[in-house]
Formats: sequence, C-alpha cells, structure tokens
Amino acid sequence: MTATKAPIEPPSQQRTVRRPGDRLFSGAAKGSGIFILLVLAGVAAFLISEALPALTAPSEEIPGGEGLASYVGPLILGTLLGAVIALLVATPLAVGIALYVTYYAPRRIAAGMGYVIDLLAAIPSVVYGFWGIAVLAPQLVPFHQWLTDTLGFLPFFAGPASTSGRTMLTVGIVLGVMILPIISAISREVFSQAPALHREAALALGATRWEMIRMAVLPYGKSGVIAGAMLGLGRALGETMAVAIILSGGAGATLNVISNSNPSTIASNIALSFPEATGLDVNTLIASGLALFLITLVVNMLARWIVNRRADFSGAN
Amino acid sequence: MKLSTRSRAVVLSTALASTLTLAACGAANESEGSSGGGSGSSAAELSGELVGVGATSQQSAMEAWQAGFEGEYPDVQFSYAPEGSGAGREQFVNGSADFAGSDAALDEEELTAAAERCGGGEVFELPNYISPIAVAFNLEGVDELNLSPATIAGIFSNTITTWNDPAIAAENPDATLPDTAITAVHRADDSGTTENFTDYLFQAAGDVWTSEPDGEWPLPGGESAQGTSGVIEVVTNTPGAITYADASRAGELGVAAVAVGGEFVAPSAEAAAAVVENSPAVEGRGEYDFAIEVNRLTEESGEYPIVLVSYHIGCIEYDDQAKADNVKAFMSYVISEDGQATASENAGNAEISDTLREQAQGAVDAITAAA
Repeated sequence: MTATKAPIEPPSQQRTVRRPGDRLFSGAAKGSGIFILLVLAGVAAFLISEALPALTAPSEEIPGGEGLASYVGPLILGTLLGAVIALLVATPLAVGIALYVTYYAPRRIAAGMGYVIDLLAAIPSVVYGFWGIAVLAPQLVPFHQWLTDTLGFLPFFAGPASTSGRTMLTVGIVLGVMILPIISAISREVFSQAPALHREAALALGATRWEMIRMAVLPYGKSGVIAGAMLGLGRALGETMAVAIILSGGAGATLNVISNSNPSTIASNIALSFPEATGLDVNTLIASGLALFLITLVVNMLARWIVNRRADFSGAN
Repeated sequence: MKLSTRSRAVVLSTALASTLTLAACGAANESEGSSGGGSGSSAAELSGELVGVGATSQQSAMEAWQAGFEGEYPDVQFSYAPEGSGAGREQFVNGSADFAGSDAALDEEELTAAAERCGGGEVFELPNYISPIAVAFNLEGVDELNLSPATIAGIFSNTITTWNDPAIAAENPDATLPDTAITAVHRADDSGTTENFTDYLFQAAGDVWTSEPDGEWPLPGGESAQGTSGVIEVVTNTPGAITYADASRAGELGVAAVAVGGEFVAPSAEAAAAVVENSPAVEGRGEYDFAIEVNRLTEESGEYPIVLVSYHIGCIEYDDQAKADNVKAFMSYVISEDGQATASENAGNAEISDTLREQAQGAVDAITAAA
C-alpha cells in the first residue's frame, strides 16, 4: 500500500479503525480459506495426473482387458447401490428418531438418547465390518430367501438368494446404521429450532401433535434433513473398511442386491486391490478414485443446490 | 525365552562359521558352541541396515524371522515392508531394497536387470517360504473328502453346484453327502494364494479350468471375501461353503484330500516340502538361482501339489561389506532349522527339507562383498 491511499478508499472504510490484531486475524482466516482450496486442488491434480496413464492406455491393458469404462462402471454402480440402500434405510429412521427426541420423549430420556445415538458415530468402521460379517449377514440369510420368494419379480430381488448373506443389501443396511447418527444429529438440530410461534399457533388452531409436526416442524426442517442425508450419503459412498469386509464383491454390473455375486464398490475395491497392484493397475485404481471424487463432488453440489432452493420458502431465514 | 535365544545363537554362529551340512549342524547344536570363521563377521560386529520389501504372504513368517534375527544382531536395523511381490522385485532391482520377498521368481527381463543391479554378478533366489494351500469346506457330518482336480475345478467354476453331485459322490463312496448347495468362496483381494491355486487348477484340470493363473480371481461373480481370515470366516458361517486357504488356517473346517497319482493326499507340511524338493528347477538360471516350477502334475505318493512357494531374492555380491554380512547372516538364520521352526510356529508354513536347506546354504555361503 502507498502512503497516499486516502482518496481512493471507499467512504465506508474511512472510519474503520484497523489495529494489528485485525490485520493478523483477517490474514490468518484468509490464509486458512485459501489453504483448504489449495489442498483440494492438490488432491484433484494428483488424482488426474496419476489417473491419466489409465485414461489414455489401450483398453486391453486395463485389468479385465475390456477398457476403463467396463472396469469402473460396475464399481460405480455398486457404490451407488450400496449408498442408496443406506439412505433408504437410514433417512426415515433418523427423522423418526429426531422427532421422538425433540418432541415426544421426556426430557431426561431425550438427552440420554441423543448421546447414545451420537455414540454410534464413534464406532470404528472396521468394527461395523466384523459385526456385519459375523452377526448380521448370517442372520439375514432367511430374509434374503424370503425376499426372492415373494418379491423375486423385481430385478433387485431376482436371486438366487445368497447363502452367506454377504450381499449389497446387507452392506446397505450396515452403511445405513453407520450414517444414522449423522442424519439424526442434523435433523434433531433443525427440528428443535422450528419457531415456537409456528408450533404454538398450530396447536392453538386445534392441531394434534402429529399435525403440528407435519405443518410447522417438517416444512421448516426439510432442508436440514436433506443436508444431513447428503452428508450421510457422502460417508456411505466413501466407506471402505466395512464394505471390504462384508461384501462378496467382484462381479459385473447387476441390480440384483441379494445374490452372492455383487459389484464391488470403488473404495473397497481400491483397498482390496491396491496392496498387490503395480504399474498400470495402480493408475487404474486411482482413476476409479477420481470417479468417486467426482461423484461425491456432484452429490455435494446437488445437496447444496437443493438446500438453497428450499431455503427460500422454508422459513429458515 | 532366554534359553531359546541362546540356542538360536549357537545355531546361527555355527551356520555362519561352517559349511557343514545341516544334519551335522543340528548335532553341533548340542555339543559345541563354535564361533569365529570364514566371513570374519560375528554377532557383535554386524550393524547398519537391512531392508526387505515384498510379498504379504511371508509377513507372519517374516515377523518371526525379524524377531529372531534382531535378538542375535540388535545393532542391525532390519525392516520388511509387505508391499507385495511385484513391489518387492521392483525395489530390489532398482536398489532401494537389499532383498525381495516374492511369490514369483524373477522373469527373464527382471533377471537381466537384477544381474545389473548386483554388479553383473549372480542373483540368488531361495524358496524359503513354503505353504500348503488347503481346500477347506463346511459340511455338516463330513470331515474328510477326496477330490480330484477336475472336481475341484468344477466346484470353483460353479458347474458342480450341490454336494451330492455324482462327481463328488463317485470319489467319496463312503461319505453321506447332503443335497446342500455349494457356495464356492474365493479371495476378493489380489493374492499369491489365488495365483497358486488357479495355477494348480489350470495345469491339473485344464479341460475344466480354462482361465490363465492369476492373483486376482479370474471368473466373474461368485462369493468372495477379503484375505485368508475373511474366506475362513465366511466358510465357517455358511453351511455348504468351500474355499482354498493356507492350510494352517483351516482350523475346524473339513479339509479335502487331493488326488495325486492313484491316491488322495491331504495337505501337510511334509507333503508340501516334498513336492517343492522334487519340482524341476527353472532352466537356464544361475548357479545360486533355485527358482522352481512347482510340479502340479506330480504322481509321486506323499506329495501335495497345491503349495505356495515364496522366494527370497538377493545378490551374491554386494557393493558393501556390511550389507553382504547382514544379508548373509539373515539368510543363514532364515534357512536354519531354528529359523524355519520359529516361522512355522508363527505362520504355520511348512519347514523346508534338508535337501533344500543344503542347496540354500551353498548360496548363502557364497554371498560376499565386491572387492
């Protein structure tokens, strides 16, 4: 800055006093902001530069021998399938839990329950993996059989039912439990912030508690629930260890979620194949990682867009 | 604990000092504690670094070897990075590792590069880690089964789908086979076990099994699980499941005896060592290169053909005296009876036979530093 800066300054800033602390703090904050962008850009640059050899390699050299698209395609499908099942399982449960904790449970129970649900998030994913393979999967075998017997006409449940229970469905359920605390924590937060005026008005007009929640709380909290679900989806998409342990993966693209041949997910496939991979195999795995990066980016942008769109008329502002 | 360390020291110094055959070495173990000798290195003098990179299959054996070796030579910084066979060979060839652990021997191209890395000298490849692979199953009321290679290939390629299939029944007239569906479980990760198992199927049952041997399961679909512990866990929890895994890990599961010649042989350490001992060497290799082609088609009685062989690969001549001494001391320990027994206790692998030990000893004795 030059010594003769006064005339150029906009009028609003003329009166602002700037002490060293202000400069220091704004500099540090700005630095942190730029730093995180640099990290993100660095990761993206690494992924792209390492994936490039696989993107440009002739298709017969890619593992499987049929090109990158047919290698990564089933993995993307598997990743999305598992995450979508997880969302279908977790979102209704999480909303129910959040509503119970904020509006139904006695205060003492509510506090304890919120704490217990948050504890779910503290369990390491490898423990979920062991629980899934040792306890849940064997328990779900009859359920798989029932699904294919009664709903076998749907492509998802075409069967033959897995004999071990280590299917995409089981993985989805475990992932659902894993993302439950994320969605319910955020939902709880927004539900508890629903304006008291709206709630009391609804009750005063003769609404029952359910009607009050439907008219005053849910519309207000919708964007928060969606944001929570998208955060959960991000975790479900990237979950590695639990999926690697539970899923019987490695098959091609299929929508069938209850057979013992399932498409693997991107993250678990990387974890399983990377230790022995060399040369182009590594580049191919990183290319699949790039695909996951892009998917999570799109999911997050979509979530942001939905939240912003709803925010205008939800009364959140 | 102290006692075993001391006896290990005796074995080690004896192995270092002498070129006695190992049978004699075992006897020397009890009677005399000789020291000093040929290479001029004794326990106290060794220091510096020893870096190994390679196969994950050797990992638990390597932990035992590392503990034993470090007990003898506390001043040597030993490390083994289980980054995979390919990485091990690559890093040995480019000089960043002193030796490699690898489930496969060097190929022609790698051999040329390795000779260059070793100053134009010889390369040693020692089959020091031998592990029988069991075909293990979970079938109520059946503990033992006899299976021919073609039947195993049929089961794992999903053409034989129930346990009372005529092919299985014909080989097991005495067993009561239920009509349970077969769930064939394979490894989800890239693994030397899979590579050896598919190599066996490809060679011994070529009409049924047509996929080339590969570390990654070559067929689409089917039940898969991560790692040896993963497949064992799944088979244990799933009635009617069958898998292939390190024999030492089969635990409570039933283990199949495999058709060899006219009889059926169950996996055992002796049978695994026997097949390795009698397998033909890869042709056109150097004097100290003991790369072998495991004889999957063996018809000898008492040989079990589904084995995983993992090598230690290093130079006969190192640039640096300390490095040569360290490699020599480590390899001596690995092939010693004590080293093999410790590894076998920890990893459940088969100990190498005396014949293999003798030939490996020849290579280890030849390790020197460039003048």
